[in-house]
Amino acid sequence: MSRLWPLALKTYLGLTLAFLYLPIAVMILMAFNESPLYKLPVVWDTIWFVKLAGNDRLLTASAHSIVLALANTGVATALGTMAAFAFARYQFRGKTLLQILLFPPITIPWLIIGTSMLVLFFWVGIGRGLHSLLLGHVALSIPYVVVVVGARLKTFGPVYEEAAATLGATPWQAFWRISAPLMAPGVIAAALFAFAVSFDQFVISYFLAPPGWTTLPVEIYSAIRKGFTPEINAISTIIILVSMGLMLIFARLYRFGGER
Amino acid sequence: MAATTLSGSGSAASRRRGAVIGLTAPAYIWLALTVLLPLSAMLYFSFLTVAPIGARVAEWTLGNYLDYFRKGFYLTLTGRSLMLGLWVTGLCLLLGFPAALALAKYVRGRWREALFLLVVLPFWSNALVRTFSWTMVLRTDGMVDDILQAVFPGLPHLDIMFTFTAVVIGLVHSFLPYMILTCYISLQAIDDSLLEAARSLGAAGPTVFRRILLPLSLPGILAGTILIFVPVIGSFMEPRILGGRGGFMLGNVIEDQFTVVFNWPMGAALSFILLAIVLLILAACYPLLRRNLQGLA
Repeated sequence: MSRLWPLALKTYLGLTLAFLYLPIAVMILMAFNESPLYKLPVVWDTIWFVKLAGNDRLLTASAHSIVLALANTGVATALGTMAAFAFARYQFRGKTLLQILLFPPITIPWLIIGTSMLVLFFWVGIGRGLHSLLLGHVALSIPYVVVVVGARLKTFGPVYEEAAATLGATPWQAFWRISAPLMAPGVIAAALFAFAVSFDQFVISYFLAPPGWTTLPVEIYSAIRKGFTPEINAISTIIILVSMGLMLIFARLYRFGGER
Repeated sequence: MAATTLSGSGSAASRRRGAVIGLTAPAYIWLALTVLLPLSAMLYFSFLTVAPIGARVAEWTLGNYLDYFRKGFYLTLTGRSLMLGLWVTGLCLLLGFPAALALAKYVRGRWREALFLLVVLPFWSNALVRTFSWTMVLRTDGMVDDILQAVFPGLPHLDIMFTFTAVVIGLVHSFLPYMILTCYISLQAIDDSLLEAARSLGAAGPTVFRRILLPLSLPGILAGTILIFVPVIGSFMEPRILGGRGGFMLGNVIEDQFTVVFNWPMGAALSFILLAIVLLILAACYPLLRRNLQGLA
């Protein structure tokens, strides 16, 4: 292979990264730009953040998103971790089927999942609201939690628990004193993942959020459709920085890049 | 759960069964109630004349499905959604594979870790926000247009906002990290000594690529293709924001049936047709998938 080849590939990688970050960079830039028409040159100003602080609709929606994401994190992490533990430590009939059943919530287009939830929830009478949103978000988060915690559980076998049992620990003690601490990084990573899934979730929320109780992505979507203001850039900048911050913490806790 | 199984005095086998059921049941009951049951309800609705909510009386009908085939409008939109899926998936492969190759084989150590993180970071920032950010880049008098005008005065103004092209750009941006990620995982698993052996035996660059890199990374390519194609043909938010009238897709008609027109049975039928298309594509790829995806899961 010629010597130019690696260089060309690396340049290509660089350009791809530039493409990935271009619009994000533009948006952050425009959040700090005084012009409401996104004109260049950029005149540095924090006016849109100040306006955002007075925008009750966006702030209320943000609060809703955070409450929902926290509730989702608690429920999905608990349910998913339990299932992952069963998969890792027990051999039983139907295990493969159960593992395959985790895929529909991820692979079926969210549009279909969201609208079908809307149909069912209206039909049985529970309608839209925080409860329906929580039902939907947890369903989407469980598969991710099972995969992330499961990967962690694979890194250590049941030998430690067995050793504890040989030394006289009850299964309950063995779980809390041995397995739980070993699982912890995986569980924390899964919890962050679940939080991000819920906080960023738009499609399901769009169909399940009632008009008076919207989440942040739903509120942003309607603002964009109505004709947007740069305040959306300000809140989007905050969202992007927060999600990326969460992902950085996640990456520190949990290597998932296939590095060996 | 574990506590109750402990206090039970049954045999070890039944205690194990109790533990498995206790541990898995909550998650799977939840999934059944929120995924399986809604899909069944929607299938039922798709065969009704009106949504049986409130005092309305519904009758059985095949009309919703027949309408899909009778009205050219729906078939045209389906064709457009499939075209969109092909374009976006193809471009993601074209951009993502070489980038993944560079990352897996030509960047080392801490640089690789940092660049890898940079690839997956945008992935977890809000898709809606990222789509929206393209409106500022692409619109006439937007960033790209301004720069083009400054560099090449007299150039016609950029006019791709609210077109099919704009939707493709936005979606490629949204889904590219998937392709880089899946290709990277399978490329990274290829032993370097294999490549060295091929080269020392006289294989030229293109031969190494065709005979070693491509076949061995096929699982990643396939996984990426499916992870991208399926959500793209069901997308509605990106076409709405970036495409306007020029980007109306099957997903948008479904969205409208539920949020504007309130013809839920028709929306349900269209959703199931979309689902059927997805399943048909997966079934068609099944032999290929079975051979190639075993190592990846």
